[in-house]
Amino acid sequence: MSRGWPLWEVFVRSRRGLSHTHVGSLHAPDAEMALRNARDVYTRRQEGVSLWVVPSAEIVASDPGEREAFFDPADDKVYRHPTFYDVPEGVEHL
Amino acid sequence: MPHVYGNDFGAPERAPELTDEAFAALLADDGRVEPRDPMPEGYRRTLVRQIAQHAHSEIIGMQPEGNWISRAPSLRRKAILMAKVQDEAGHGLYLYAAAETLGVDRADLLDQLHTGRQKYSSIFNYPTLSWADVGAIGWLVDGAAIVNQVPLCRCSYGPYARAMVRVCKEESFHQRQGFEILHTLSHGTPAQKAMAQDAVDRYWWPSLMMFGPPDDDSPNSAQSMAWGIKRFSNDDLRQRFVDMTVPQAEVLGLTLPDPEIRWNEERGHYDFGTVDFTELFEVIKGNGPCNRDRMAHRVAAHEDGAWVREAADAYAAKQVARTEGAA
Amino acid sequence: MITPPGSSTPPLPFSSDYVLGLADDALVSAQRMSWWISRAPELEEDLALANIGLDQLGQARTLLTYAGALEGAGRTEDDLAYLRDDREFRNVWLVERPQTDFGVTIARLLVFATYQAELYAALAASSDATLAGVAGKAVKEVAYHLDHARLWTLRLGDGTEVSHERMQAALDAEWPYVDELFTPVEGALVDPASLRDAVLGRVAAVVREATLEVPDVAPTVGGGRRGLHTEHLGHLLAEMQHLHRSHPGATW
Ligand SMILES: [Fe+2]
Ligand SMILES: [Fe+2]
Repeated sequence: MSRGWPLWEVFVRSRRGLSHTHVGSLHAPDAEMALRNARDVYTRRQEGVSLWVVPSAEIVASDPGEREAFFDPADDKVYRHPTFYDVPEGVEHL
Repeated sequence: MPHVYGNDFGAPERAPELTDEAFAALLADDGRVEPRDPMPEGYRRTLVRQIAQHAHSEIIGMQPEGNWISRAPSLRRKAILMAKVQDEAGHGLYLYAAAETLGVDRADLLDQLHTGRQKYSSIFNYPTLSWADVGAIGWLVDGAAIVNQVPLCRCSYGPYARAMVRVCKEESFHQRQGFEILHTLSHGTPAQKAMAQDAVDRYWWPSLMMFGPPDDDSPNSAQSMAWGIKRFSNDDLRQRFVDMTVPQAEVLGLTLPDPEIRWNEERGHYDFGTVDFTELFEVIKGNGPCNRDRMAHRVAAHEDGAWVREAADAYAAKQVARTEGAA
Repeated sequence: MITPPGSSTPPLPFSSDYVLGLADDALVSAQRMSWWISRAPELEEDLALANIGLDQLGQARTLLTYAGALEGAGRTEDDLAYLRDDREFRNVWLVERPQTDFGVTIARLLVFATYQAELYAALAASSDATLAGVAGKAVKEVAYHLDHARLWTLRLGDGTEVSHERMQAALDAEWPYVDELFTPVEGALVDPASLRDAVLGRVAAVVREATLEVPDVAPTVGGGRRGLHTEHLGHLLAEMQHLHRSHPGATW
């Protein structure tokens, strides 16, 4: 076990209508304190209207070593993008 | 199936090592390195040392200005100073977190600080003898820090760069409030103006030293530049700071304690005198005016807080046990 | 009873001294709280205590400005903060003693924030538009202070054996000064005595939840509202005021 309080990741919704975005980390002994600390550390300048805190150890992340297997196969599926298609001149709202 | 679903935060497992050539290719490709990317061990070690030293500087830097919170001469100034020193705690916090993505703990880094194995910026070993020093620190020390830090927003290590973006956003008010303090003093009573001049006289040269030794004496700079941890040389940044500051001093109506400062038309820059690093090396060795006080203050805070940190851990453990017992 | 400057409205049902009492409680608390910045048990707590201190200072500034306006002698927030001697300060003893122990800081904040929460809630519903406005904003701030104090009281009280003992000792040390918060004062808009039951009830609930005991000690005599203070306030003011007083008439 590492010494010191566990690490938490902080996500802030900057205004209603937007999703929460990762803003940084902090240390806290438990969830209640983590949420308060997040407020004090990351929203001192009106940065947010809602907060999430997540124990850093609970985050499941893809492996950078598997990046190619994970993400390269999408590269040749150009037909998923609208720009792939020819639109005859004069056609609108398509 | 790829078996690794690791964690980018406080990355427990070391990223695999990478040869310098492969790393150079990766940098050229993406320009950015993220936690758990393969990286040369030297890069990782350099980053940990640099980010930790930077974090230590932020939190030790709370002390010289904190010294005047209780005596701030107006309530408005008191509020500004409290918010400013509070920001520095935040900066330290962001930076420790960035270092933690490289597989080290904040607690360990603090130990290294407390036992003198890691350093902090020597500028904070100078005393704040008058209220004007708070102004001089904001204007010159935060000003120099900004010049150093803005390029780091594009540094090759993602978490460090992102921490610096946040820090730089907050820093801009620090320099302004310092400038405002000095401006008010230099347009105030003769005693106030003298106080301001004295502060600038004492803080000018140490501020120039914040950019580090001259390029010829800076053996690690080339490697850091190649790694994208450093974008500009010490001397370039120092020049940038002087160019920025000289016209501001004129607006303040204060003189900078260097008779050699003059505009050089040909270079398009201000010339300035040679920085005498003899004193700086003494300060780095631990013999500056405040080294011992700064460490004693920091260590006392840490040790006095141990029972509080332990209590919170114990309470959290009890809560977990209670929830599990109830389930 | 006083008349606000330049107005023909009827005299206000409270004194400028009363407002000064509210302001000085907040100012002196902020001064003590700001000591923690760079000394907290963990960096996150440096930020939290600084936020609380800043809220208190903000309340103090608005209230001092209002007290100055009510007084009608043209005194600004800084005149009142920096140019009064301790005999002219109206804060309670609870807030003026040193608080360099984290347990003491939390115990005091628990009492003081609970008191302020009840007080500001009452003032927010009061007849004076200015005080109601100030209190309406401050009531949200002190709710957060109270929450912070409560969470820490639970952790210290129900943490380790050491922390339990230290937190109990902190409560015991603060308790003699609690009663003064409720002593009636002349010209009050909200009678302090009317807050006693609610404040003590709420504090006691947190104390018990934290496995601690509500101290059974006799209250000190108090006297802050009349300008009679402990020896500590003089030192606090000497430090706070010296620079300002060393340069009469200067702007900062
Ligand atoms: Fe900073
Ligand atoms: Fe700063």
